Amino acid sequence: MQIYNKHTPVFVAGTGVISAIGNNVPACLYALEHEQAGIGEISYLSTLHRQQIPVAEVKLNNKELSLLSGLPAGISRTALLSMIAAREAIDNAAIENLSALRTGLISANTVGGMDKSEQFFIDFLADHTKGKLRDIVYHECASATKLVADQLGIRSYVTTISTACSSSANAIMYGARLIKHGMLDVVIAGGADAMTKFTLNGFNTLMILDNEYCKPFDEDRKGLNLGEGAGYVVLVSEKVAGSLKSDIYCKLSGYCNKNDAYHQTASSPDGKGSYLAMNGAIENSGLTPSDIDYINLHGTGTQNNDLAEGTAIKRLFEPRYPKMSSTKSFTGHTLGASGGIEAVFSSLSAKYGLIYPNLRFKTQMKELPFIPETAFSKNEPVRHVLSNSFGFGGNCSSLIFSKIS
Amino acid sequence: MKIYIRSSANISPQQTFKHQAFPFKAVAYTGNILKAIEPDYKDIIDVKMVRRMSRIVKMGVAAALECLKNAGEESPGAIVTGTAYGCLSDTEQFLGSIIALDEEMLSPTSFIQSTHNTVGAQIALLLQCNNYNNTFVNGGFSFESALLDAIMLLREQEVTNVLTGSVDELTGLSYAILSRFGLYKRQQVSNMDLFATASKGTIAGEGAAFFLLASQPSPDDHAQLEGIATFYKPGDTTEIANHITAFLAAHSINATDIDLVITGKNGDIQNDAHYDRLKEMIFIKNELIHYKHLCGDYPTAVSFAVWLAANIIRTGQVPEGTGDRVSKANKLQRILICNNYQNLHHSLILISA
Repeated sequence: MQIYNKHTPVFVAGTGVISAIGNNVPACLYALEHEQAGIGEISYLSTLHRQQIPVAEVKLNNKELSLLSGLPAGISRTALLSMIAAREAIDNAAIENLSALRTGLISANTVGGMDKSEQFFIDFLADHTKGKLRDIVYHECASATKLVADQLGIRSYVTTISTACSSSANAIMYGARLIKHGMLDVVIAGGADAMTKFTLNGFNTLMILDNEYCKPFDEDRKGLNLGEGAGYVVLVSEKVAGSLKSDIYCKLSGYCNKNDAYHQTASSPDGKGSYLAMNGAIENSGLTPSDIDYINLHGTGTQNNDLAEGTAIKRLFEPRYPKMSSTKSFTGHTLGASGGIEAVFSSLSAKYGLIYPNLRFKTQMKELPFIPETAFSKNEPVRHVLSNSFGFGGNCSSLIFSKIS
Repeated sequence: MKIYIRSSANISPQQTFKHQAFPFKAVAYTGNILKAIEPDYKDIIDVKMVRRMSRIVKMGVAAALECLKNAGEESPGAIVTGTAYGCLSDTEQFLGSIIALDEEMLSPTSFIQSTHNTVGAQIALLLQCNNYNNTFVNGGFSFESALLDAIMLLREQEVTNVLTGSVDELTGLSYAILSRFGLYKRQQVSNMDLFATASKGTIAGEGAAFFLLASQPSPDDHAQLEGIATFYKPGDTTEIANHITAFLAAHSINATDIDLVITGKNGDIQNDAHYDRLKEMIFIKNELIHYKHLCGDYPTAVSFAVWLAANIIRTGQVPEGTGDRVSKANKLQRILICNNYQNLHHSLILISA
């Protein structure tokens, strides 16, 4: 086995995404450039909370997702979303001799096939001999990963990670490490989550959902909007990167996973875990804070997250703050998919010098000496992008995507 | 690079928690449900915290804390957890209340505890451990993924030890659902006769086992973790045998160099036939023991086998009632675990003195 080398580079060779703002990367990019948020009234999920709580749903029903994914419509929506984005990513990477390479799939989600389990449970709880087994078979988180791996013919290594809102950032980090350890040549890494009654009601009971469109990093922010989708990057070794005809996106130059160790659902007021994750990622990449030109914020729009994350940014970057924004103002908080979707946006930022707007920002937070970007811009001198994913259980992970010079 | 198993702790349907009691005397069960024998959590976890924890969280956290205590370590370099199903009873409770209360007036408690990283998070919270923390939820490979992550972390040399383990719970509802999938035996059996029943299905189990893995040796190490390999959905026994042969070759040993094999026999006639054939094909001269009659079958049961192997090497003794073992004379220097879950998730784990 090849010996691990910290300095072995890992590159992003392909991207794929489906979210409320588009069913593929070009569509999402168009919406980001034209400031078109994907948040709106609930129209696909069957719930009592329709017309009360805005969410960011993918604008396709399961039949339409089935046609797009090539998977049956009766399976979990999470698997359908996962399949669409993972296939876009691997097609986009256009690796010619893929079957001769050791390819892995590292996927993440938070509630597996809960959309189907909720249907099963209605009949099952009334009578344990009832409920269609085909609706509960997707319950475990690994089920969506397995369906996608089988469909894409990936056999070298397959696993699933679930660390709440940082799940897919950890999937990307784990994938990169498998390449650095010489175990794999190519890794499709990211995550997916579909809107479910379980998560919508869960976040609703925590009273952290905004009943209007969310306003991340705004003094008057009221909470988050839930979203759904999937996002994957294709990570490749230097050898594979050198063999590609298409342009690679960027280098995944650093990462770090830390724990806030403060509370099961709340972040510490000083954002200790966030600080440690960002600082650790910068150290891991061999950079200094002044090298970061753009931060794709975790920026959920809750009082607690934005204050903790902002305080950690203040501590780490003072006095020179990079440009920053939360693309959750477009996609909503897609939970287990968010790290993957935002890794795609961050890769595009590093490749094309894009800065995304933080929609609906009006008033600076009184605790913070900086504000997020409010306009889309391109051809910016972006060398290094920091992408944050922080979540329940104190799980905090940061990734750094660097322009290839 | 060598990896040392410095300590372990195991909450299972057997008397395994206090590791001084090894080799334990097997507890016999009649029926197809083996529930963990839980310790008095007040002795292990802060009483105020215990009250808020659900059962699976208590099992996982207690096993993790006891493991650290056995190593004399206050806080680990990283925490890596594996769980196939996560916090089932909280998930069932929140799902049930959504249905019963029609999405109104719900309490957040069970939702908060339902996330799959709850056990790893609670360990970090209790230890005030800000280090690397990850949770793998990959079905029958959840523990194996966690183990590989731990091995990689040690090879990366940024930490010198990693706390890793797995936890899965059995609930009344999960038993009802998995029974409908045909996982369990239709007739009631005694676990001590599990391999003599020659029928379809297995028995259900649960448990939490944690290990402190270290990159440096210490005088009280249980054993060394030599290596791990996984393979998914093999076509037949020959393919399994080929994987075993390749694994042994990768570690420059033959089957005859192995002192004991721990199999993934679970009482299902088809599942166990693989191991009977492997005995003829590869393990001709080896002694085979089994463990799933002790802890029941569940996706992360293999962590029980790792605990068993590490403690057999630590003490030089094999617990009674673990299977076909005939001689007690030979040395116990090297143990191979050949596990599988549902004949889909196969793993090989090599542990040595």
